[in-house]
Amino acid sequence: MQPQMVMYDEEFQQISAVCERLAREANAKIVFLVDKNGQLIASVGATQDLDTTSLASLTAGNIAATGGLAKLIGEKEFSILFHEGERDNLHISVIGGRVILVVIFDTRSSLGLVRLRVKKASDELNKIFDGLLKKVQVPGAGSPFAEITDDDIDNLFSE
Amino acid sequence: MSFINYSSREINCKIVYYGPGLCGKTTNLQYIYANTNQNAKGKMISLATETERTLFFDFLPLSLGEIRGFKTRFHLYTVPGQVFYDASRKLILKGVDGVVFVADSQVERTEANVESVENLRTNLAEQGYDLDKIPYVIQYNKRDLPNAAPFDELRGLLNPRGVPDFEAIAPKGDGVYDTLKAIARLILTELKKGT
Ligand SMILES: Nc1nc2c(ncn2[C@@H]2O[C@H](COP(=O)(O)OP(=O)(O)OP(=O)(O)O)[C@@H](O)[C@H]2O)c(=O)[nH]1
Ligand SMILES: [Mg+2]
Repeated sequence: MQPQMVMYDEEFQQISAVCERLAREANAKIVFLVDKNGQLIASVGATQDLDTTSLASLTAGNIAATGGLAKLIGEKEFSILFHEGERDNLHISVIGGRVILVVIFDTRSSLGLVRLRVKKASDELNKIFDGLLKKVQVPGAGSPFAEITDDDIDNLFSE
Repeated sequence: MSFINYSSREINCKIVYYGPGLCGKTTNLQYIYANTNQNAKGKMISLATETERTLFFDFLPLSLGEIRGFKTRFHLYTVPGQVFYDASRKLILKGVDGVVFVADSQVERTEANVESVENLRTNLAEQGYDLDKIPYVIQYNKRDLPNAAPFDELRGLLNPRGVPDFEAIAPKGDGVYDTLKAIARLILTELKKGT
C-alpha cells in the first residue's frame, strides 16, 4: 500500500516555483504535476482553457498502462514518455517513482531543451517530496479529519 | 489512497466501481453525471470500445461539499468488467479508498458475480488491501428485470460480511445515489480514524 499523500502550503509553494521555472526555462506552454493515482498536485502556464482534472486522470492512466506493459516485457517502468502532435507535444516523466511531471510544448521549444530542463527540475522536486514524506511520517502529524463527527458527515449529504 | 491537500484545503478520495461485464457500472456513473449540479462535477471520461464496453476506465470527478473547511472531492472510476481485461482492472485499483461492487441481479449472472468478487479480492490483495477491511458497499442492480434473483438469495451469496447494500435500477437512478453516499460515508469515517 502507498503512504498517505499529503500536501502542505510550504511544499506547495516550493513545488510551484520549480514548475514555474521549468516552464520558463524550457519555453513550455504548460507544466503540471500529478500523483500516480491521477490527482493533480500543481499546474502552471496556460491552463485556463484546459481541463486539468481530466488531464491528470488520463496521464496517470497512461503511466499505469505503460508501466503494466513494461512489467510484461521485464522492464521496470518507462520513466519517460513522449507524444508528438501536429502542434503540441507532451513530455511525461515519472519522478522518484511516485509523481508524474508533464510538460506541454510547441515549436518554440524542442525535445532536447525540455529533456535537459526536466532533468534538473526532477532532482529538485525529488528533494521536496522526500522532505514531504518525512514530515508526514512524523507521529502526531494528525489528520484534519480526526475530529470530524458523524454529524459533519451527515451534513455533507443533507440536501 | 486519499490525498489531503492543506494548501488548497481539499481532500481527494478514489472510489472504484467493480463488477462483472454489463452489470451496470458505467450506467451508475452516467446517471450520477447527468443528475449532478454543473458546479459539483467535472467532465466524465469514458475509454470505451466501439460497442460501448469499458476498455480501460470511466472517470468522473465530483465535489460533495465541505467538511471543517476542507472541500471533499471524490474521483469515481469504473473498471472494465469483461474477464480478459484483468490487467487493466488491477491498474485501476491502485490507490483505491473504497469499492462499490455492482452485482447483476439476473439469475444467469450468478456465477459471474461470484467470480468477479473473487477477482476483486485477489486483485486487492496484490496491492496489499484486504476486501474485508476496506470501505466496501454492494449494489444489486437490474432489479427491474423479470429474471432477477430474489434479494435475500443475492445478499446471502454476495454479502456475508454484512456491508451496506442496496437494490438498484441504474438507468432510472434507483439506488444510485444511496450507493454513492454509503461508500463516501464509509471512506470519510475511515479517514476520521486516521489510519
Ligand atoms: N434493465 C436494466 N438494464 C440495465 C440496468 N443497468 C444497466 N443496464 C443496461 O445494461 C447494459 C450494460 O451497462 P453498462 O453500464 O455499460 O455495464 P458495465 O458494467 O459498465 O459493463 P462493462 O463496461 O463491460 O464492464 C446497458 O445496456 C445498460 O443500459 C438496470 O438496472 N436495468
Ligand atoms: Mg463499463
